[in-house]
Amino acid sequence: MTTAIHIQGLRKEYADGKVLALNGLDLDVHDGEFFCLIGPNGAGKTTTIGILTTRVLPTGGVATVAGIDVVRDSVGVRRRIGVVPQRPNPDRSLNVVENLVFHAAYFGIRTREARRRAEELLARLEITDKTTAKVDQLSGGQQQRLMIARALIHEPSIIFLDEPTVGLDPSARNALWTILRELHTQGRTIVMTTHYMEEANQLSDRIGFIDRGQLLALDTPDNLKAQTPDGSLETFFISLAGRGLDAGDAGDTGEVAA
Amino acid sequence: MTAARHDPVTDDSVSARQTSVDRPVSTARVFFALLRRDLVVSRRELPFFLVRTTVQPLLFLVVFGYLLPKMGFTRGNYQSALLPGILGVSLSMSSFQAVTFPMVMDFGRTNEIEDRLLAPVPVEYVALEKIVNGVFQGTIAGLVILPIARLLMGPIDGLTFAHVGTILLVTLLGTAVFSAIGLLLGVLVEAQQIGFMFSLVIAPMLFFGCAYYPWVGLHVVPWMQYLVLINPLVYVSEGMRGALTPSIPHMPLIWSIAAQLLLLAVILTAALNRFKRRAIA
Repeated sequence: MTTAIHIQGLRKEYADGKVLALNGLDLDVHDGEFFCLIGPNGAGKTTTIGILTTRVLPTGGVATVAGIDVVRDSVGVRRRIGVVPQRPNPDRSLNVVENLVFHAAYFGIRTREARRRAEELLARLEITDKTTAKVDQLSGGQQQRLMIARALIHEPSIIFLDEPTVGLDPSARNALWTILRELHTQGRTIVMTTHYMEEANQLSDRIGFIDRGQLLALDTPDNLKAQTPDGSLETFFISLAGRGLDAGDAGDTGEVAA
Repeated sequence: MTAARHDPVTDDSVSARQTSVDRPVSTARVFFALLRRDLVVSRRELPFFLVRTTVQPLLFLVVFGYLLPKMGFTRGNYQSALLPGILGVSLSMSSFQAVTFPMVMDFGRTNEIEDRLLAPVPVEYVALEKIVNGVFQGTIAGLVILPIARLLMGPIDGLTFAHVGTILLVTLLGTAVFSAIGLLLGVLVEAQQIGFMFSLVIAPMLFFGCAYYPWVGLHVVPWMQYLVLINPLVYVSEGMRGALTPSIPHMPLIWSIAAQLLLLAVILTAALNRFKRRAIA
């Protein structure tokens, strides 16, 4: 089994060392795996995704994506990844299909091919009727689907999703789960952060528990559940972290005080 | 329940996908895609662009280039000094606004610039593309204002288009300097500070940028003649005078060109550094 993501001793300090977001994180994600990183607000999830998607520079340690070092060759990493952010951030100067066509153009895909892929993705994600709509006319769930389409338009092999279901109603969340399962069955490596245990349990091949910038446990959902008499992921997390997923230190920034 | 398992290696569609992703993309191609996006957005906002770039210079032209001369309040070749200055302001402010407003919004609450920061080029290229777009928009603004100014002001003593190369050089330099200033301020200020920035930085820059009076005329207030040299607009205004009305007294062209080159190097370096720090935490 090949490794899609390799993280070793990863550290991230903010504010000149006053805030320690990651404290020697070690983690491997396999090729084609659906991996969920789960932890409370401030655990370091967003910082981990930020480093892996080249938007955050680590203070120490090593991180590779598809075998490429995120610091030494950030351009090479960006070519191979798709990113769905925590809050939808479409280009509001462009309409829905233009968001996809231009994003494809940034990856060197010609307009005709980009338009074909965009139309296909909008159909698959069931927002075809919004093709020429302004992005402000989309609901939260539709904007999140647009973000998924944008992450897929250049056909990356690894997709990162940072708490993609936060703020979505149950119906939109279920629809998104269906889409994510489909992406997984297509063979893509999916790395998703969440602080919903049920979401991680439903979707992932393996779960990594993270808190205070460190990995607490890493295994399949079934093996993790088997660690406690009540078979609850939440109970096992509390037994490791000493707090539940609703506890948080620093909003949703992935930062904890050093 | 976990998602269905599969073997990615035997999945033909995935293999094809990964091959397409692994194909390198040239930086130039990504750069032009970024530029094309900005040109599409600019074209869509053309009416707002024209209003933004022409209203203020036109008001100045009507008052200082048309009404005051007609009333007899201006003497000699004031219009010859005013026209290049007005042009300098137009192209400088257009370039500045073309970069700084989108930058403030893109880095704002929704972080819209992320789709471009994920493009497979070093992030500095995303900033450099904004500079090129600013140069383009500033040049267009100059081309719009020049014939209008000529129509409003009538024949202008000493105005010549003989030195096309020099005109082009000072235009490109002026627009590039102000695009770089726009980039620097765009990554430094937050959306709610834009009004503050205009009152504190842009307004004094406009009034003490030797746009509405020639720098050589400031010899009557020597300390001010030296103090205004910290203002980049002085070199744009005087460079335009040196290129368009060379027979009218102006700062030596070589000074204004050298100063703009120096300013461009310093401000662009600072702006790119700040941009990178804002783009990558």
